[in-house]
Amino acid sequence: MSDLARAGGHVIGFAATARRDRWWIGPLLTVLGLGGFAVYATWAAFQGSYYFHGAYLSPFYSPLLFVNPAAPGSAPLEHAWLGRWPSWWPSILPASPAFFIMAFPLVFRATCYYYRKAYYRSFFGTPPGCAVGPVPGGRYRGETGLLIVQNLHRYALYAAIVFIGILSYDAVRAFFRDGRPGVGVGSMVLLLNPMLLAAYTFGCHSWRHLVGGRLDCFSCDRQSAMRHGLWRGVTALNAHHMQWAWVSLFWVAFSDLYVRLVSMGLIRDLSTWG
Amino acid sequence: MSERAFRIWRGTAAGGEFGEHRIDVDEGMVVLDVLHRIQAKQANDLAIRWNCKAGKCGSCSMEINGRPRLACMTRMNLFADRETITVQPLKAFPVIRDLVTDVSWNFEQNKRIPPFRPGPKGSDGQYRMHQKDVDRVQEFRKCIECYLCQDVCHVLRDQSRKDAFVGPRFMIRLASLEMHPLDTADRIPAVRKEFGSGFCNITRCCTEVCPEHIEITDNGIIPLKERVVDRFYDPLLWLGRKIFGR
Repeated sequence: MSDLARAGGHVIGFAATARRDRWWIGPLLTVLGLGGFAVYATWAAFQGSYYFHGAYLSPFYSPLLFVNPAAPGSAPLEHAWLGRWPSWWPSILPASPAFFIMAFPLVFRATCYYYRKAYYRSFFGTPPGCAVGPVPGGRYRGETGLLIVQNLHRYALYAAIVFIGILSYDAVRAFFRDGRPGVGVGSMVLLLNPMLLAAYTFGCHSWRHLVGGRLDCFSCDRQSAMRHGLWRGVTALNAHHMQWAWVSLFWVAFSDLYVRLVSMGLIRDLSTWG
Repeated sequence: MSERAFRIWRGTAAGGEFGEHRIDVDEGMVVLDVLHRIQAKQANDLAIRWNCKAGKCGSCSMEINGRPRLACMTRMNLFADRETITVQPLKAFPVIRDLVTDVSWNFEQNKRIPPFRPGPKGSDGQYRMHQKDVDRVQEFRKCIECYLCQDVCHVLRDQSRKDAFVGPRFMIRLASLEMHPLDTADRIPAVRKEFGSGFCNITRCCTEVCPEHIEITDNGIIPLKERVVDRFYDPLLWLGRKIFGR
């Protein structure tokens, strides 16, 4: 008797399936999208230069904790929250302000309920698709073993909310250059960035739970009635969480690229400042 | 009328093989209609579980071209004219015969769940709920117990962890009780430990196959996981409970 017969005709093994559709396209696109972003973000973080132009600050480098004014395309020293680049910084690493802050949005996205689905399927193959054989491994523990850390997603959310405030401040500053109000393409790019990030962040499943989902009774008092309204609003955003996740991911990388190209002088920023 | 090719798994738990069939199919037929025609004309002993033919009883769950589906809700025009349609029993449960599986494991899980325990009645001797309080749990009541979500869940289907995880159908049942405005029982410790919420890695296949379009993952499992976080993994809430006693 073959395994095939024993299992009711089901084939067994990694990626084994009787499905005839192109189930692998989704995981492949996820690998390309997340992989492409990871490569670009890592490269951009290691540059330590060309992250600032006029009033534009790349979101990969915000907030600017320390500044190395000697780097080309760097921000003026007065933009740094904590001052000049620290002397204790290991010389083998480039002096890049991005290193101080990128962990926060990274952890938020890595523990996000949507991205978990995306990378469990695409990178870990548990499973690669629905009714498709998973990567063979030891005894499956899901999110009860090492991955129990995923339960701290709400703390990454708190940090992400702070970042939206900071990036919103950067977006407002992008409309002022040398004290003169104005608008440029970069201003609009940097304005859209926190808006998209807010749509992603405030549609988060943890946020949905915290604002009202944890209640069993939405009509018991005035506060719970108000939270019900909030919960419904977050639910509407949450229904498109995947789309917001991808659009905001793309736009944050594009924002960095735009500021970088303008700062390098490779493209000209159309603006009212001339 | 056109002739279509079918491969249907025939056998018992001891073994079996695919039977090949060519059969005339009429316009508007669903897969269950074709299986009945094959049963009537070519394979009188073909075992199929079915009942309502309307997508409401959840009996005719099977795997059609590798996807868990209700045979009565799978229209033939979904498939290309020359496509051979492969029909198999559910993978996650033991085969009884042909396309019929033994899903009794699910009934055993249902018995383990602490039942609805309402609080005291109101002063008028009635239970009262506002519509907005029951909207959320009414979605879960749409479940027809077809067990397609249980079949596609890789924890049950491929990882053989029925010992640790109760499966999406019963996470939904737990959610419907936990979120009920009148219920007073506390099932959260059991959701984490006995029912294994941590074993779900939210790959959402259960939601994709649900014929009632219940948002199993977003509205059921993830909210339960967040309630487990409240109780067991959030250090600030833990500290708050220690200090304020609630």
